[in-house]
Amino acid sequence: MDAILEIRDLRKALNGHPVLRGVNLSVRAGENVVIIGRSGGGKSVLLRHITGLMQPDAGAVIFGGVNLSALGEEALNPYRRDIGMLFQNGALFDSLTVGENLAFPLRERGALGAREIAHRVREALDIVGLPGHHDQLPAELSGGMKKRVALARAIISRPALMLYDEPTTGLDPIVADSINKLIVRLGARLHMSNIVVTHDMVSACHIADRVCQLHEGKIYYTGTPAEIQTSADPVVQKFVKGISEPQDAIV
Amino acid sequence: MIRALEHSLAAAGRRTLGAVGAAGGITLLLANILRCLARYPVRWKLVAQQLYLIGVKSQFVVLTTGAFVGAVFAAQVHFQFVRVGMQSAVGPTVSVAMCRELGPVFCCLLLAGRVGAAMAAELSSMKNTEQLDALRALGVYPVEYLAVPRFLAMLVSAPILTGLALVVGIACGYLISVPMLGVDGAYYWDNTIRFTGMRDVGIGLSKGFLFGIIIAVISCYKGFNPQPGTAGVGRTTTEAVVISSLAILVSDFFFTFILNSLFLGRA
Repeated sequence: MDAILEIRDLRKALNGHPVLRGVNLSVRAGENVVIIGRSGGGKSVLLRHITGLMQPDAGAVIFGGVNLSALGEEALNPYRRDIGMLFQNGALFDSLTVGENLAFPLRERGALGAREIAHRVREALDIVGLPGHHDQLPAELSGGMKKRVALARAIISRPALMLYDEPTTGLDPIVADSINKLIVRLGARLHMSNIVVTHDMVSACHIADRVCQLHEGKIYYTGTPAEIQTSADPVVQKFVKGISEPQDAIV
Repeated sequence: MIRALEHSLAAAGRRTLGAVGAAGGITLLLANILRCLARYPVRWKLVAQQLYLIGVKSQFVVLTTGAFVGAVFAAQVHFQFVRVGMQSAVGPTVSVAMCRELGPVFCCLLLAGRVGAAMAAELSSMKNTEQLDALRALGVYPVEYLAVPRFLAMLVSAPILTGLALVVGIACGYLISVPMLGVDGAYYWDNTIRFTGMRDVGIGLSKGFLFGIIIAVISCYKGFNPQPGTAGVGRTTTEAVVISSLAILVSDFFFTFILNSLFLGRA
């Protein structure tokens, strides 16, 4: 199957410190890729490059045959509408109601009438299990509900590729599990490719067709959830089993 | 000693570079807003929302300020003029001062405090909670969606509010001078109308318009480039108000000369 996204030798330094040191990754249509790695290891930076929120120092992000890294801020907008992104804290527009947040991407596209938009908003709220919350403000929702509303907003325009930045961070295990199931279900139902960034191995194993470990700015290991858990590689084992060494100690 | 001097010089250098960078950023943002106005259709619904927040909701503050500035200025002018028997000149003095200086400057300082602070706080909170990134990720250009409606609403609101402030200030000057301090009402109005021309009103409204641009662009710039964290939002908001207020007062000096020559001879 053809790759929907290809990342070639992506490099980025922040404040002089190299964060990405040549990332290569390709994602096929309909594939669920989970990127694991230590906190501060550049996972979120990688996601932000895919949607053009950051520009690389070198390398290319090719989506649908177009090199997004070569495009300017406004030229990226048509392609961004085919890439959904769930931010770590939801990033819901707090001055808009839940319904207005969900309707926002559809209104911006301008292709649908008010009735169709209202129908799609209701449908999206049903999908994420929040019917009847249309008129609430984000401040009135719990953390898990915010994540689900943000997820509904990201998928409402049916993007070809969904990016999830730590979708289960800060949630209790039951809500986290429901989010994991939702991600898999939505991917299959809407025929989307998913890239999920997490350091939660339970989530990674639940969601992934393929797990990639980002280590020292590069994709260090790629395999199925079963392969990564049984890998003999010490770097992989250290992360999977959550083993710290003396040099990792927080003083 | 030398090390302390080095630190002071380095700090001064950093502040100078920061100020030059900010001035460049503010100029670029203004150019970007004008470019977006030419390139994208205007979002009139958002402009109307901002007109309500900036224009309608600022009326009470601006009218109260205009009223008391006019009243206090009239009283002070009367106390001085009465000593040389020039009470009949209180009206035109208050009127011209309100139109040319007091109305636009006080009104826009108040707007910088009320509206500029709100703009900077809202945009910096959006930036720090990734809402600006979410906007970009949804394919919407933040300058076009957030800055342009605020800029347009400010362009309309600031001169209108300035006009209201100077009308109320002049009226309150009359109320203090005539019924309370015993200036002859007929002379007061006659001299006020005779010595206050359209050029005075034009200069005042033009200043309101220009100060509106300054407040909107500086506040949006600070909002788009905030310091991180909750405390950062507070600092950014303070900086927006302080920089806008200073820019109003400094630019007022230059606008006074420029507008005076532009409106020269237009009675």
